[in-house]
Amino acid sequence: MSWLTAFLGWLGEFFGDGANWTGSDGIPARLLEHLEFSALALALAVLVAVPLGLAIGHTGRGGVLVVVAANLARALPTLGLLVMFVLLLGASSIWPVIIPLVLLAVPPILVNTYEGIKGVDPELRDAAYGMGLRGGQVLGRVLVPVALPLILLGCRLSAIQVVATTTVAAYTGLGGLGRYVIDGFATKDYASVVGGSVLIVLFALFVQVVFALVQRLTVSPGVSRRLTIR
Amino acid sequence: MDDLSFEAPTGEITVLVGPSGCGKTTSLRMINRMIDASEGRILLDGVPVQGIDPPTLRRGIGYVIQQAGLFPHRKIVDNIATVPYLLGWDRKKARARAMELLERVGLDPALAGRYPFQLSGGQQQRVGVARALAADPPVLLMDEPFSAVDPIVRTSLQDELLRLQSELNKTIVFVTHDIDEAIKLGDRVAVLRVGGRLAQLADPKTLLAEPADDFVREFLGHDRGIRRLQFVSTEGLRLRTDLTVPEGSDGGSPEPWLLVVDGDGRPVGWRSAVRPGELEPYGTFVRGRDSMRAALDAALLSPSGCSVAVDEQGKVVGVATRDALDRALSEAVHG
Repeated sequence: MSWLTAFLGWLGEFFGDGANWTGSDGIPARLLEHLEFSALALALAVLVAVPLGLAIGHTGRGGVLVVVAANLARALPTLGLLVMFVLLLGASSIWPVIIPLVLLAVPPILVNTYEGIKGVDPELRDAAYGMGLRGGQVLGRVLVPVALPLILLGCRLSAIQVVATTTVAAYTGLGGLGRYVIDGFATKDYASVVGGSVLIVLFALFVQVVFALVQRLTVSPGVSRRLTIR
Repeated sequence: MDDLSFEAPTGEITVLVGPSGCGKTTSLRMINRMIDASEGRILLDGVPVQGIDPPTLRRGIGYVIQQAGLFPHRKIVDNIATVPYLLGWDRKKARARAMELLERVGLDPALAGRYPFQLSGGQQQRVGVARALAADPPVLLMDEPFSAVDPIVRTSLQDELLRLQSELNKTIVFVTHDIDEAIKLGDRVAVLRVGGRLAQLADPKTLLAEPADDFVREFLGHDRGIRRLQFVSTEGLRLRTDLTVPEGSDGGSPEPWLLVVDGDGRPVGWRSAVRPGELEPYGTFVRGRDSMRAALDAALLSPSGCSVAVDEQGKVVGVATRDALDRALSEAVHG
C-alpha cells in the first residue's frame, strides 16, 4: 500500500500548501483559467455547429459534406494541431489555443445536431406541416425539442474533449490546470502532478454534472420518457 | 395520378379506397397542398387551393394521420391546442377548447396533463382526431387514421367517428385500403385503381349492388350479397308478438318454439316444444337501428331459426320468424 500512502502524501502536500491557493498560479486562478478557455472554445463551437447542423438537418442539403468533414476533423491529431497553430500565430494571445479547441469541438456537435434533426420521425414532421406550421416553426417548435437530447449529447462530448485538450494546451505555455501536471513533471514535483490530475478529474466530473442538469431542465419529460405512468 | 375528378360533398364522408399505389394518399395530400398537383385544379368551397399559402390553408383543414403524429414533447392538452395556438388564440381559451374536445372524443380529462408516450395507440389516435378538430375546421382529411391499431380498438374508433360526425357534420375525406372500413364509414366511396384512376364513385349500397367492373367487384371481395344487407333497414320487418311467454309459465302452445321473457320484458331463451325443460340460445337485433344483416345473423345464432327484435333498452318487441326474414330478404334483393 506504499503507493497509496505516497499518493495521499502528495495530495496532502499539494492541497495543504497555503501558497497553492493564492496568486496567479494558485488553484482558484488556474481553475478559472481552465473554465474560461474551455467555456470560450465550447461556446464558439456551439455557435458555429448548432445552427449549421440545424440548417443542414432541416433542409437535408449538404448532409454528406457534414459526415465527411466531421470524420476528417476527428482524425486530426490534437497536439499536432495545437503546436501548429502556436507556431503559426505565436504564443502571445490565447487564440492559437482556442482555434484548435474550437476545431475539435465542432464535429461532435455538428454531427449530433444534424443526425438528431434528420432522425426525427418523418410522420411527426408530416403532422407538423399538416397542422399548418411554417418551416421555421416546424424546426423550432417540433424538431429541436425532439432532437434536443442528441444535440446536448454532442455538446457534452465536445465539452469533455475540450476540457481534456485544454489540459494539454498547457504545453504551449497557456494557463489552466494542465500547468500543474506539466510543470510538475518538469520539476519532478510529484505533489503538483498528482494534485493537478485530481483537479482535472474533478473538473471533468463537474462538467458532466452541469450537462446532466441542463438536460434535465431543457428536455421535455415527454421526450426523455422520465415519467412513469400514473 | 391521371385525370382524377370527384367532388366531396359538404357535410359528408367521402372515402378514397384502393390498393396500395393507387394514389389515394397522394390525392388527399393534394387537398392541403402537402403535395402540389402538377396539373389540374382542387377547389375548396369554390376557391382553388393552389392560390392559398399552404400553412394558412392547412390551419383551416383538420389533418389526421396514421400514427397520430402527436408531438412527443408536448402534453396532450397542448397537442390538441396546436392549431388554436398557431392561430393566435389566447392560451386559456385554447386550453379550454382542448379540454372540451378531449371529452368529446371520449377521453378522460385526466389525460390532459400526460405526454403522448403515456397513452395507448387508440387513445393517441383519439387525441389526433381532437387535435384536427381543435380550431373547428369545416373540412377534415384523414389518412388511414385507424390502420395502426388493433381490430377491436379500430371498430370503436370508427363508431366514435360516426357518432362525432352525426354531431358535427364535417366535410371529411377519408383514405383507407380497407374496403370494409370504407363501406362502414363512407357516405360515398371512391374506388381508385393503380395510377389514380377512378374506378367507381358511389354510395356503399350501390357499390355493393352494382360494381362498375371486375376490378371493383374483385376489390369488394367475398360476401358482397350479405354485406349489402347492412344497408337494408329492419324497420319494415314483420314481427310476431304471439311467440313470447313469461318466465315460469308452461303454456301449452302448438308452436314449436316459444321465447321465454323475464319480468322486465328481456329475453331469457328459446323453449322448444320437443324439450321444454331446456332453454336454447337466442340472438337479438335492435329494431330500426340494426340492419337486416344483424337480424339475419341473430336468426343464425339460435336453433329456433328466429331472431329476437328488441328496443334500445333491450326489451323484446317481437320475433322475426324465418318466413318474415325470407320475405324481407327477397324484397331487398328484388326491390
